[in-house]
Amino acid sequence: MSEFFTEAVLIATIASGIRFGVPLLLAGLGEAYGQRSGVLNLGVDGVMLLGAFGGYYTVLKSDNVWLGIAVGLAIGLVLGVISAFITVTLKAEQGISGIGIFLFGLGMSDLLFQRLVGTPRPIDTFPRLEIPLLRDIPWIGEMLFRQNVVVYLAFLAIPLSMFVVNRTTFGMKIRAVGENPEAADSLGVSVAKVRYGTMLIGGTLAGVAGAALAIDLGIFQQNITNAQGFIAIALVYFGAWRPFGVMLGALLYGFVNATVIQWKTLGIIPDSWSDIAAMAPAVITILALVVVATRFRAPSALTKPFERGE
Amino acid sequence: MRLRSWLALLAAMALVAGACGDDSVSAPEGFQIGIVAPSATNDLAFTQSIVDAANVLAGDPEILISDGLFNIDDAGSAIRGYAADGVDLVIAHGSQYGGPLQEIAQDFPDTAFAWGTTNDTFGLSNVYAYEAASDEGGYVMGVMAAALTETNNIGIVGPIETGDAKLYVDGFEAGALSGGANVSKVYTGSFSDVALAKQAAEAFASQDVDVMSGTAQMVVGAVGVADTEGILWFGTQSNQAELGDIVVASQVYKWEVVLEDILSNIQDGVLGGQSYEINFENDGIVLEYNDAYDLPGDVESLAEETIDGIKDGSISTG
Repeated sequence: MSEFFTEAVLIATIASGIRFGVPLLLAGLGEAYGQRSGVLNLGVDGVMLLGAFGGYYTVLKSDNVWLGIAVGLAIGLVLGVISAFITVTLKAEQGISGIGIFLFGLGMSDLLFQRLVGTPRPIDTFPRLEIPLLRDIPWIGEMLFRQNVVVYLAFLAIPLSMFVVNRTTFGMKIRAVGENPEAADSLGVSVAKVRYGTMLIGGTLAGVAGAALAIDLGIFQQNITNAQGFIAIALVYFGAWRPFGVMLGALLYGFVNATVIQWKTLGIIPDSWSDIAAMAPAVITILALVVVATRFRAPSALTKPFERGE
Repeated sequence: MRLRSWLALLAAMALVAGACGDDSVSAPEGFQIGIVAPSATNDLAFTQSIVDAANVLAGDPEILISDGLFNIDDAGSAIRGYAADGVDLVIAHGSQYGGPLQEIAQDFPDTAFAWGTTNDTFGLSNVYAYEAASDEGGYVMGVMAAALTETNNIGIVGPIETGDAKLYVDGFEAGALSGGANVSKVYTGSFSDVALAKQAAEAFASQDVDVMSGTAQMVVGAVGVADTEGILWFGTQSNQAELGDIVVASQVYKWEVVLEDILSNIQDGVLGGQSYEINFENDGIVLEYNDAYDLPGDVESLAEETIDGIKDGSISTG
């Protein structure tokens, strides 16, 4: 156990946990917007997969990671419109339509990869951005301030989201539509427009999350997200539908993953416990969810399509 | 009398020509092979190894592929579909497919099936089994890794502690230990989680590891870290040289050694009931070096000596 508490290993574990949590954080934040307005989107993972392929392929062809992120964003935006059209305009059952989006993303991203790329080929990854002065702080500097730009942007999105949800008119409308769409409608708020807006934000962030994941890994592979989109949805519940809570969940999941892997490599977890240990992040998240579920309440209109005059 | 002499001479020449000619088995015209596999056909790993092998068979058999079938029920449907369509040889390329295969093979007794990696034919006369002695290549590359490491720390990333992956990881570990290196290994618990494999590689990098290896489809995540950190990499199952110049060498499976024999048996009317193993001895496993990596001559010699030792039995991989 003493090997774990060395400077190099601890720093690497925490830095790795932060990076692992970033796609979860971005996708979870986007999903939180949707759920606060009453829309559950189970298709996050599918959007992430298509964003991941779009980002990967763009970087493969252009060697420009920012163009890759932009393409991931655009793909997410388009899928956000499609998701919104299905769930808001067509008033489809949200769970089923979300699964449909997921399956579409899973299949289409693999098909495009097979047809356009074939063999996994490495791409450029994000350059590391070291923040002057802050990077030199012992321990903290290396953990937090020697990351790539997307990590910083993801964490900047937390206060921004908190501001949007809690301090703006749009945020107030989101909360009103999620709690009581009939009352919001009677006050002149367009429930459809608000839900379209949150679905577009959610899709965009999921697309960026997927692109960021593939570019950070420097590779694309079939089902590269490995269900991270679904974990992100769980983290919205974990975070009690609040941006800060989602961030805590993403970081917890990332840290537990990184710690378990580090312990395995150091032999602290014996091989015979390896498979059990692999379940630790999910088990801890579920336990936390149970605690949260007893203390916080989901938006009242979550998963309920709005029908004027009902 | 003179005519008989000429005929005898012609017959003898024909026999000699036959003996001296290409002895590879050619698939008859219209022969179909259906492959059902868990990951993509070009995964640089497990699935690609069988697809590459089928594609080099003589006679240009028609190759039908259902890939990306991690889901066993879906794979079972594909296996049954090929059998029902009259495909001549159905390959279930994944030890996890044993359950549905055992059931389907009994429903189609006139169809030949091949299943790997395993040595279990279920006692059925229409099922072939095949496996790889992946510990052999693992051992050789472990020896090379121990010779190349400067920090004396080596890391191995595996998926789940079972089957071919465990055999490879154990072989690599034994080889590296025989060279006096410190070896850490980790099973991520997933064949497909690329991000987790990346985390494992980052953990190794923080522990001063300068040579790594790994097996299964998710290792591309670890290779990315190796590339960034300048850590040497050894690949397995398919040639992974195109992942970068940090790739020193790869253990490559040549399943065609098995498929050619199965093809021959099928043409003789034998549809199964045998199990095969590919290894260095039968050229079913070969070590391929990456031309982009400048491998020291003494390390290459060490690798070749180790291969010879495994072939003649003087070196044990266990």
